[in-house]
Amino acid sequence: MKEYEKTGVLSIEDLRLPSEEQLKKGVAVIECVQNIPCNPCVDACPVKAISMRNINDIPVIDYDKCTGCGNCVAVCPGLAIFLVKTKDDTVFISIPYEFLPIPNVGDRVEMLDRRGEKKGKAEVVRVRRAGKTTIVTIKTEKRFAMVVRNIRVKDA
Amino acid sequence: MRIKKHPILEFDREKKLRFYINGKELYGYEGETISAALFANGVTTFSRSLKYNHPRGFFCGIGKCSSCLMTVNGIPNTRTCITPLKDGVEVKTQDAYADLPETKHKRHKKKVINTDLLVIGGGPAGLSAALEAAKHGVNVLLVDENPILGGQLIKQTHKFFGSREEKAGTRGVEIAQQLRKEVEKQENIRVFLKSTVFGYYECEQNHCFGMVKRREDYTEEIYELHCKSVIFACGAMENMLAFPGNDLPGVYGAGGVQTLMNVYGVKPGRRVLMVGSGNVGLIVSYQLLQADVDVAYIVEGLPKIGGYHVHAAKVRRCGVPILTSHTIVEAYGNERVEGARIAKVGKNWSIIPGTEMDVKCDTICLAVGLTPSIRLLSQTGAEIRFIREAGGHVALHNKNMETTVPGVYVAGDGSGIEEASTAMLEGKIAGFSAAYKIKNKAFDSKPLKLYHEELERLRDGPFGVKGRKAKEKIAVQWSDKR
Repeated sequence: MKEYEKTGVLSIEDLRLPSEEQLKKGVAVIECVQNIPCNPCVDACPVKAISMRNINDIPVIDYDKCTGCGNCVAVCPGLAIFLVKTKDDTVFISIPYEFLPIPNVGDRVEMLDRRGEKKGKAEVVRVRRAGKTTIVTIKTEKRFAMVVRNIRVKDA
Repeated sequence: MRIKKHPILEFDREKKLRFYINGKELYGYEGETISAALFANGVTTFSRSLKYNHPRGFFCGIGKCSSCLMTVNGIPNTRTCITPLKDGVEVKTQDAYADLPETKHKRHKKKVINTDLLVIGGGPAGLSAALEAAKHGVNVLLVDENPILGGQLIKQTHKFFGSREEKAGTRGVEIAQQLRKEVEKQENIRVFLKSTVFGYYECEQNHCFGMVKRREDYTEEIYELHCKSVIFACGAMENMLAFPGNDLPGVYGAGGVQTLMNVYGVKPGRRVLMVGSGNVGLIVSYQLLQADVDVAYIVEGLPKIGGYHVHAAKVRRCGVPILTSHTIVEAYGNERVEGARIAKVGKNWSIIPGTEMDVKCDTICLAVGLTPSIRLLSQTGAEIRFIREAGGHVALHNKNMETTVPGVYVAGDGSGIEEASTAMLEGKIAGFSAAYKIKNKAFDSKPLKLYHEELERLRDGPFGVKGRKAKEKIAVQWSDKR
């Protein structure tokens, strides 16, 4: 049994990570590791970077093809896709967010990891509505690129 | 306790209504059920038990469990969870057996309706079945007990999984709206809401049922329904779990809480303990957080999380702990839940001494599985079998969803617990098959093959195993029968 099946928390080893170069370009990191019958991400990708042989497959992303457009982040029913883009010592993480209040650009929000533990504060640099899901982009230190996966607005 | 702002939903509270609970004046809104309005006013005890005078409250929220029975305008045993609130209504808590009102016995004049196809249940399976049959020129009568069509879709605020054909990426509430609109467009579908099909009767040629329709003033009309074929899409009911204190108000079905919160915009409490980590437990936990309700823990008796990891990840990254190999030991409180004790479980579900933990909460949600609703179906004489993977007793049925009684079909959770996506496909298959028979094979049967293929694809993965196994067992027992 995998640890995440017990805790609900993925570790880096469970994921296939993009390279430094690919991260600089900005790519979608898909945290979907089980064979569940679901494929909207495949249909949403304009450059066919995400592939699946059948609907129960785990999505495989070609980081070289991925343009980091974020279409898949908006459609993923599991809210399991994040955009990660590094620039020098900083990282921009785009997170699907379905809570209130919706933050504004310039707000400082609490960063949370996959366990919901606080990781300090970050600045909101972009807020995009995709239906009822909001995609919030935060700017923070590069070391949080594969750590921060949620934000809390209220306590900030 | 009303939700004022919600990230996904909007609640229409235009018309304020006055009502009375045991003579005390309270306010609610048009569109709310009596249960929801009571909850919003902090009233959670609906009746008292027969032997020990225990307080009793709400549980399933969809008219299946009879836990919310109250006396409404003098009518006892009214299921307040599916009864709309009206201005000036007088609601009374019941003690054990309610007194029957003194009425002059009038003979109810029954009305008779003849139709090609009767569809019982207006959830994803029933709606899909009705639409499919109607598109092939069959006259359909669609009956549902609830005030709104859509079954459990009307409270699903998350985006659905699956593929484009099953409306993946669309929220359940929106799928319900789309299906409702399609039904409205079909002139050959007649819809009866707030109506209960209560009995199957023998008659010479057709299938015959009794139905009661609840009027605006809470009185009832009786109907006699005749149909060539019938599709049972009655869904399922939530399972109870045995532990001391499980009858306290505050112990609710997770789906019941979802109805209260996402259909009527009323919070069940302030802090919840979720029991069960299947998709229902995980999704409802996330939705409680969206409604600004605290979730203390999700406990799961098995060593691993039951639902999809992506659903678990959503609640985990909000800081909600999931305790696997843990169960609820007891709920405590006087008039309602004030807390619970949980503990680690070892082999054979025994509690490991010394691992007990106190959890302060005012609500305990049970997400411990569903049981297919077959009580009405079983009256038809269809062969019923216990199939563990199907969630309980189900009717044997063939690939086209027809039971051992010709012209009697099943679809959706009532034929074995699965997902809304599979329910919609089973509904289409049942609707198509029924129409094909009624119309004497007057149209091309090709779509049926496509529906079957799609259904197989959905059940193909590791999370479809249970559904697949259930249907395999049903198929084997069906062919043994022949």
